[in-house]
Amino acid sequence: MAAERGEVKLIGGWASPFVARPRIALNLKGVAYEMFQETVGKKSELLLKSNPVYKKIPVLIHNGKPICESAIIVEYIDETWSSDGASILPSDPYDRAIARFWTVYVDDKIPDAIRKLRPLVKGSAVAEVEAEKLHAALQLLEEAFEKCSKGKSFFGGDNIGYLDIALGSQLAWIKAVEKIVEIKFLDKEKIPGLVAWSERFYAHEAVKEVMPEADRLVEFTRMLLSGSFAK
Amino acid sequence: MAEKEVKLFGNWASTYTLRVEWALKLKGIEYEYVNEDIPFNKSEELLRLNPVTKKIPVLVHNGKPLAESLVIIEYIDDTWTKGYSIMPKDPYDRAQARFWAKFADDKCMSAMYSVSTSSGEAQQKMLQEAREAFQILEQALGSKKFFGGDQIGYLDLAITLLAFWIPILEEIVSVSMVDNENAPLLKEWFTRILDVDMIKTSLPPRDKMYELSKQRREQFFSGQI
Repeated sequence: MAAERGEVKLIGGWASPFVARPRIALNLKGVAYEMFQETVGKKSELLLKSNPVYKKIPVLIHNGKPICESAIIVEYIDETWSSDGASILPSDPYDRAIARFWTVYVDDKIPDAIRKLRPLVKGSAVAEVEAEKLHAALQLLEEAFEKCSKGKSFFGGDNIGYLDIALGSQLAWIKAVEKIVEIKFLDKEKIPGLVAWSERFYAHEAVKEVMPEADRLVEFTRMLLSGSFAK
Repeated sequence: MAEKEVKLFGNWASTYTLRVEWALKLKGIEYEYVNEDIPFNKSEELLRLNPVTKKIPVLVHNGKPLAESLVIIEYIDDTWTKGYSIMPKDPYDRAQARFWAKFADDKCMSAMYSVSTSSGEAQQKMLQEAREAFQILEQALGSKKFFGGDQIGYLDLAITLLAFWIPILEEIVSVSMVDNENAPLLKEWFTRILDVDMIKTSLPPRDKMYELSKQRREQFFSGQI
């Protein structure tokens, strides 16, 4: 019998890769939650009250207590609902540390690359420079995938784990940016392991309806850059 | 002679290195320490052990390397489970501790850096931001003796060097980042944490720290770093 869940709320937005993380984690644990969608350009009272330090999404509110920062929320979900579903963090301390190390790396490189690339156009010199950085990061992550997966389907092995969620959540925006600057990042020739992994990740039950369509994100970018979301 | 099973590559003045050393000391773990001459003179071994970020600290346990200081501290707590408990037990408390450690690294450290590498009006603005950041950080402490409660914990280890380093920077730059006006409780914690035996006996020499901070500042202003 499932343990008493308590009240689970998630403040987020459909376009945010960071919001996708706790959504996937909660799905993996089979925990139902109430979603509060933020309107772009206008922060709700609930958000400002729940995350006064950063005022950012996602925020998980469990039995009235807020938890902020996507990677920290995922760990909280794994620790709180530890008897539900498979473990999200690896059980071996060294593997756990490796997963956390690469998650720090992902957060250091990927969002920044996306932010720098998405306002650019195909062929711009800056796009070439930023694209190189993203290619290099994905190359290192390809090697990490080989080591962490040990021949299995995911970074976490047979099941989606912490690093799968950390990197996988960024895939929608990577695909969007591919369309915007017309450079292929998820290239089967260069990073075959990651490309195959990304297809398995997208197809997973817990992930399927969480990831936004790349076209929608391209449109979102257009609106963002044209100031449509400004107050 | 058998090689020690734990080796730490770090730098004597680095908060990231010291927090890992303190975690090792709390657990009573014996380790071999290798000081790296950062940023310009890193050893071949370090670059081989951490080719991804090439940074210190790197912990090597039974031949397996790990980087990222906060990740290393959690690894130490997860692996040497007997003895001192560094992380809180409750998931919510753990989430809070991790949140504040990240805040300290993201906001407070960068604020300190900005204050010491700016001047004039820009510095005044940076100082205001730094003072606010420390005022916010104080919320994690409240009226407790330490961030970890009655005993020092993960968050204390993460922030402890600031208690030693902020007063040094304040002297060099002639500003006040943490005082009775913006963060009186944090200021009191500075005194308490620096008085803890393990910390007291393992801080870098103050004059060396002062000289290094001054030197880094000069290097920054002359464009070397």
